[in-house]
Amino acid sequence: MARAATTADAFNAIAEPRRRHLLDALAGGERPVNDLARELGLAQPQVSKHLRVLREVGAVDVREQGRQRLYRLNGDALKPIHDWVKAYEGLWSDRFDGLDAVLEELKQKEEGDGDDD
Amino acid sequence: MEMTTSGSATVELPTDEQILITREFDAPREIVFKAFATAELVRRWWHANRGEMTVAEIDLRAGGKWRYAMVADGGMEVGFHGEYRDVVPNERLVSTEIFEGYPDEVAVNTATFEEIDGRTRLTILVEHSSKEARDAHIESGMEAGMQDAMDLLEEVAVSLR
Repeated sequence: MARAATTADAFNAIAEPRRRHLLDALAGGERPVNDLARELGLAQPQVSKHLRVLREVGAVDVREQGRQRLYRLNGDALKPIHDWVKAYEGLWSDRFDGLDAVLEELKQKEEGDGDDD
Repeated sequence: MEMTTSGSATVELPTDEQILITREFDAPREIVFKAFATAELVRRWWHANRGEMTVAEIDLRAGGKWRYAMVADGGMEVGFHGEYRDVVPNERLVSTEIFEGYPDEVAVNTATFEEIDGRTRLTILVEHSSKEARDAHIESGMEAGMQDAMDLLEEVAVSLR
């Protein structure tokens, strides 16, 4: 039996860069696996493997249409991760904006010192 | 991998135990290192405009200690401390980090400074001892974010009273 996906599992699932690529590719809407394989430049079995991991944590849903399997994003499952990464990136972005200001001042000071030599 | 837009930090989760933060700066690495590892300069940016930094102590040598603390706008005080394990000026800084809210868990942070054409790429790799500890960091961060929102709500509620 499939165990319930936890937030931590979902973090893991999106830790892999190609899986995040897949999620990005699915952000525009539902797509078949061969289409995704072409976009990522990967073999279809590889893409299917990544999609299976994403499906296990509920990050994507799949449905059959004729002979095709169509994948789409499940936004709810991704929200906690998305929120955390965004908040954490926001924290560091704000820190680094402050650091930029300090760097500008240090650069100017250094140039000033250079002129004095 | 996609290029980051300048001005924003990128966060990745490369393995079960790791968090990786990357950002480029428009300055040579000597200057970035100085701003990153000098207490009175850290005081000016580490708070991320989320409160007031109350402690910034840096003893920059292998075995030397550091401690940062701030009072967040909601009134909550948060502290972090650790010890430097490896200090290579302008290149690399390896230190332990303990979030004082979870004193049993020690993470190891490696900050690497790479200069390319006068610009500096800073990467900070946070390595936890286990996946559980990494996820606890992530989840405590979520709770803290939630807490901020609750504090804000409380302030609004109080002002309406």
